[in-house]
Amino acid sequence: MMTYPEQRVAITGAGQSTVARVLPQSALQLTVSACRRAVESAGLEPGAIDGICSYPGVMDNGNGFSPVGLQDVRMAMGLKPTWYAATAMESAGQMSAFFAAIHALASGVVRHVLVFRTTGEGSARQRQKGAMVWGGSSSRVSGMWQWAVPYGAFSPAPWYATFATRYQHEYGLTPEQLGAVAVNARRMAALNPSAVYRTPLSLADYLESRLIASPLRLYDCDVPVDGATAFVLSQQEAWVDCAQSPLRFASVGHAFDQGGLRQPTDLTSFGAEAVGRMLWARTDLTPDDLDVAQIYDGFSILTLHWLEALQLCPKGEAGRFVEGGERIGLDGSLPMNTSGGQLSAGRLHGFGHVYEACLQLWGLAGQRQVPDARVALACAGAYGLGAMILMRD
Amino acid sequence: MSWRKLPALDPDNTAFWTSGATGRLQIMHCAACRRFQHPPLPVCPSCGESLVPEPVSGQAEVVSYSINWQPWVAGQAVPFVFAVVELKEQQGLWVMTNIVDCDPSAVRIGMRVDVCFEHHEDVWLPLFRPEAVA
Repeated sequence: MMTYPEQRVAITGAGQSTVARVLPQSALQLTVSACRRAVESAGLEPGAIDGICSYPGVMDNGNGFSPVGLQDVRMAMGLKPTWYAATAMESAGQMSAFFAAIHALASGVVRHVLVFRTTGEGSARQRQKGAMVWGGSSSRVSGMWQWAVPYGAFSPAPWYATFATRYQHEYGLTPEQLGAVAVNARRMAALNPSAVYRTPLSLADYLESRLIASPLRLYDCDVPVDGATAFVLSQQEAWVDCAQSPLRFASVGHAFDQGGLRQPTDLTSFGAEAVGRMLWARTDLTPDDLDVAQIYDGFSILTLHWLEALQLCPKGEAGRFVEGGERIGLDGSLPMNTSGGQLSAGRLHGFGHVYEACLQLWGLAGQRQVPDARVALACAGAYGLGAMILMRD
Repeated sequence: MSWRKLPALDPDNTAFWTSGATGRLQIMHCAACRRFQHPPLPVCPSCGESLVPEPVSGQAEVVSYSINWQPWVAGQAVPFVFAVVELKEQQGLWVMTNIVDCDPSAVRIGMRVDVCFEHHEDVWLPLFRPEAVA
């Protein structure tokens, strides 16, 4: 089989700041903390970093979605990079920053790229109630927002709930099956000292929780937080510089989604099937080879869509796949969202999922460690879609 | 004052957002392909011809919906129904909207609905309500 560019690149360092609903530190302080930890974890000096990449670049709009930019990090870390890029909202989602870094590394432009993402949505909401609503503070909405916001969808919840309603209609998804995603996340979070919500959540608690946008309940929605996550990605020739086993990208997959609010064509999927096809076409690995999977859970229904799109279960079967939680638990055939995911460990926007994949592969996941995990999948997005398989040789 | 945040009108979307002034919903249409296109585009993605607004029946079916209990902005009344409806004229011709004039718990996938309009400033928001039964 030919070698794809991602297979000449590895994650060699990973770091995360403290993560909480609201933190006193500035977003840049959190970012520097994560970046320093990532560089230390790689066994490098900051001077070795010659590239910086992030998603989606700084947004000075006060909503906390992306409060820190590449220039902030360059200056605060004293870096002298020769390559930098922020991928935009119009990209393969959160994972696009990894894909861009992979291309720069595999083409030989740079040796070590710092990839980071910071969210300050917790403190943004504290500063101003409604800071995160779609449409922002402008008096009118345009672009894709115009199709949903005038109808009261100031958040993605009313919109993704229509996916859940349709999926229920077509495939008979039960509330207990949907709830299994949130209950699994909380069970995992109890084993993760860094998770935001660790108090036990039973299926009964879930079923009694308040409806936000039917059928989505409070616990089906992820949690806005303050936090930063960073990685060092290194090209193959530079792996010798690094302290830990390189976590090689065995494969990546990305795709246009259906266009967000513009032109949905199917409400039982958001279009990630193309990600799954690309992901598995670039590797000899099969879904059976996965030791652990970090599946995007901005809303629980998205996790079910991703499981099917990535061919981890047949179409229409995701509810039965997660039901009861055994299959996706630590002793199951596919331990899933072992950090607690975004539902219980906080909305780090896919970067938390990649971080957890790294901890599992390095054997650093403590009480929630999957024994001898060697192959991990992480995916992110619903508007912009990307997935990756990481492996430790 | 309404909690609603209105769309900014532009040359591509004005026909859709203001057609309620005439009492009939209008959707962009390609005369050559005889296909409707929504959301509006300036040209037909199939043949490249210019699209022109064309009146439609306003009859539709609910494709999916959510009953919303969380108010996101001050004054937003709950529960409200956010929905995707398919216009009768063409399979896949979907519009996002609110289902109004009925108990939210009565909304079903496949339910037949008719357009109605809510007028704010220079915008006539197309909303849908249960089909009038003769």
